[in-house]
Amino acid sequence: MMNALASLDWFLIATSLAKTVFLLFLVVLPMVSYTVYAERRVSALIQDRLGPNRVGFPTTLLGLKTDISPFLGGLGQPIADAVKLLLKEDFTPAHVKKFYYWIAPGLGIAAVIVTLAVIPFGSSFLGVPMVIANVNVGPLFIFAISSLSVYGIVLAGWSANSKYPFLGGIRSSSQMISYELALGLSVVPLFLILGRLNLPEIVQYQVKNGWLLLPFTDGKLTLKEVLLWIPVFISFVIFTISLFAETNRLPFDLPECETELVAGYHTEYSSMKFALFFLGEYAAMIAGSSLVVTMFLGGWHLPFIPDGANQGGLDFLHAVPAWIWGIVNITVFFGKVAALLFFFIWVRWTLPRFRYDQLMRLGWIYFFEIAFINVILTAGILAFFPN
Amino acid sequence: MAYTVPRPKLTLAEKFYLPQVVAGLLITWKHFKNMLLGRTKIIMQYPEEKWDASMPSYYRGAPTLVRDEHGRERCVACQLCEFICPPRAIRIKPGEIPPASKWAKVEKYPEEFDIDMIRCIYCGLCEEVCPEQAIFLRKDYAITGLSRSEMIHNKAKLYELGGVMDGVVNKWNPKK
Repeated sequence: MMNALASLDWFLIATSLAKTVFLLFLVVLPMVSYTVYAERRVSALIQDRLGPNRVGFPTTLLGLKTDISPFLGGLGQPIADAVKLLLKEDFTPAHVKKFYYWIAPGLGIAAVIVTLAVIPFGSSFLGVPMVIANVNVGPLFIFAISSLSVYGIVLAGWSANSKYPFLGGIRSSSQMISYELALGLSVVPLFLILGRLNLPEIVQYQVKNGWLLLPFTDGKLTLKEVLLWIPVFISFVIFTISLFAETNRLPFDLPECETELVAGYHTEYSSMKFALFFLGEYAAMIAGSSLVVTMFLGGWHLPFIPDGANQGGLDFLHAVPAWIWGIVNITVFFGKVAALLFFFIWVRWTLPRFRYDQLMRLGWIYFFEIAFINVILTAGILAFFPN
Repeated sequence: MAYTVPRPKLTLAEKFYLPQVVAGLLITWKHFKNMLLGRTKIIMQYPEEKWDASMPSYYRGAPTLVRDEHGRERCVACQLCEFICPPRAIRIKPGEIPPASKWAKVEKYPEEFDIDMIRCIYCGLCEEVCPEQAIFLRKDYAITGLSRSEMIHNKAKLYELGGVMDGVVNKWNPKK
């Protein structure tokens, strides 16, 4: 028994726990609530409105002279919303299948949060690599787990025992099936190019050879890189669009579809259970964006900036302590994720919803085939330029 | 008769859809940018700015009771407004003016006059039906309260909101 305990790597366990707490509670969940705020603000600005610009922080309650209302105002809104959702009555309708009704929101969000474990959200900090689980099957793990999140939606739709959630659940499952294929196939060219599935190593490869989508970031551009850029760009477009479908965002938000299905699969939910679906949806956006950033946009890397061990980058920057660069790398990563999230929101308030047959046609007839041809194209280019 | 909506002929770019997506994104970006840089005119920031100054004279706000220039109540408690009120928001308890009074000719006055502002639909029928021009819809529109009882405007409140309205009303004249 003692031997078993002694053989455990306590340092690894402690750092993993610290990283989990940091990533989940200090970064992702606040990011989720402020993405909701950004969604409301950006949508308002796009529609020539102002959006929530009132709620500050009521510091007068703490005895200060004035309330703090930061530069744009409304930054206290997500906190007020969270408090509201926590305090609302948690109503369970009498006609639902109780057990599944209760576990569905948890399933929805848990699957999303687990995928965050393999994302390298920074280089290293004080020698500790900034990834919770350094596994060799990173993207496969993410695809496997994130497709489980559809269970949350399907169970919610079924257990609610009413027609709109049911239709939402059905739509969600068929949407998932048709987009999962394109999503998986679209990244096969990347694996052909990279030759590995370990996400931290994928980032390291991009640090050395330039980001996959922007191959000039290492300062040189070869013919092979230019040719490979074509399939990578196609991959990027298909992957991003499939991600929209995967995270149930407009223009593919058919499971929710306010105008047709009331609120889709979470029609019968209220209070924090509803909020969990909401959190799950936005956390899925963050996880998906993280994957795009890691695979296409160089992860935590920014040209000329050294990593957490003070390697690479410009020489005179090495005078600064390495841990500062560790923090900078984490900030860069989440900056890129935030930019992608803005893109998500921007697209949502631009495009109308696809019709259901259009969505199916797009998934099965176009994306699947294009992704398949893309694999062959990449293989051809790689066969032509072995090195 | 059935009418077939003609399908538009799409160009190649429109069929490919992605260029149209980019065009749409540019349009929304333009709106976003103009709003962010303050180039879009913001009409009014409501609680700080109000439109009271530019409110038309015929605006139908909260119904109120008015007094004339001598401070006498115009209402004679005929209860026509109570009967015509579609949501039945008005409750009047009529009272008799004592015969010894100088104004005994008028006979009645409202002892109690309640308008339930939760019920009121601001239709203005009470103002239209009033034979004594005693009830007017004034310009108060932000009627709020923390309880239902607070939302019932009693006689004192109605006169406070209504104020004084000039003009000849025949019922006070001794000869008629």
